[in-house]
Amino acid sequence: MSITVTVDGVPVTVEEGATVADAATAAGAYVPTLCFHEDHPALGTCRVCAARLDGRVVAACSAEVHDGAEVEVAADDLATMRRQVVGLLFAEGNHVCPSCEKSGRCDLQAVAAETGMLTSEFPYRYPGRETDPGDARIWLARDRCILCQRCVDLVRDDEGRPVFTLTGRGPDTRVELDHATAAGLSDEQVAAAVDLCPVGAILRKGVGYDEPIGARRFDVASVRERALRGERR
Amino acid sequence: MSDDRRDLSHELPRTPVSEATVAARRGKLTVATISLCGCWGCNLSTLDLDERLLPLLDLVTITRSSFTDLKRIAGRCDVGLVEGGVANEENIETLRHFREHCDVLVSVGACALWGGIPSLRNSIGLDECLATAYLDSPTAVPGDRPTIPLHPEIPRLTDRVRPCHEVVHMDYFLPGCPPSNDAVFAVLDAVAHGRPIDLPTSLTHYD
Repeated sequence: MSITVTVDGVPVTVEEGATVADAATAAGAYVPTLCFHEDHPALGTCRVCAARLDGRVVAACSAEVHDGAEVEVAADDLATMRRQVVGLLFAEGNHVCPSCEKSGRCDLQAVAAETGMLTSEFPYRYPGRETDPGDARIWLARDRCILCQRCVDLVRDDEGRPVFTLTGRGPDTRVELDHATAAGLSDEQVAAAVDLCPVGAILRKGVGYDEPIGARRFDVASVRERALRGERR
Repeated sequence: MSDDRRDLSHELPRTPVSEATVAARRGKLTVATISLCGCWGCNLSTLDLDERLLPLLDLVTITRSSFTDLKRIAGRCDVGLVEGGVANEENIETLRHFREHCDVLVSVGACALWGGIPSLRNSIGLDECLATAYLDSPTAVPGDRPTIPLHPEIPRLTDRVRPCHEVVHMDYFLPGCPPSNDAVFAVLDAVAHGRPIDLPTSLTHYD
């Protein structure tokens, strides 16, 4: 069933069950999403997609609209919130874009640029985070991890067992890689896990900088262009 | 620092500027650039402006630049471009001098914005870095007593590499490692024509 909502005052028709992000896309308005992947259920972990639904700030990727809903995405205060949430992620980890092989195909980097973040508004923490280089094919670089939990919730082996898990709490939370389960993954499954990671925390060993500058994912089409044509991942 | 130093670059004798040059510069915007703890790549982006620099120089005078390595500005300056982060006492001194003498101060490049590659030492710790470089170095001269250099003329390192805006107020930020020549041009062109600096997303990148 179709329902009608307004996005920044513009009426649009969407299917029942559509999210705030879907409604925004239907209206041609861009709301950046980071942890959301179009092939999977919304995680709602990163909170970058802050938008307003009937006056309340929600995560656009997971909040559903109803008939007559009033959605706001372009307001200055919302843009500031989104930029600050991204800035918190940058300040919290060690995001060394100049030397990261995920540069140019990193969702965090692309989304941050779209929010207008030039440098984080928060003091950089430069945490000492342990990397896990022990696996034969996967390099787990925790410096870049934003704890979106895409890998934790979505990466499974053929028997449905998780490969990545979370341990610790609060600031000590970190992703662990189960080496025994990881060894059972096919090369395609490893490549899919690397691709699923929105930052450069899960990398394939022995590949490196395989796409030249200019040909990388977000060099070819920006994350904004992709989102506006319905590609969100 | 001792009082008898005489050989800092800005204290050396200099040829007086001719009256004709002074007259030609009158009314132009003054720009100064400085390189703190960085690799100088952002300055190369400025050089990469190539022929676009020439019409710009009709509107702008570069009063001091990283190319001359003068660390002090004589008089007031409209715009200061700062490349590199803050990694030692001399960087702090120079950056504060720039803040005092520039109306508008711009952080240029990853190092100025968040420390950049030099800030990789932050999560390791200064003691361990110095020990690896000087005490346990595989290239240390055999038989020599391992020594970490310490001398009044060598600026002491800060415990962490810091972004410029954590030391003084910065007015604008230009990300990139380095920012493209187009991004540097956009900043200088906006300043020269009195427009606010507002970079499009297409010129904003962090790598």
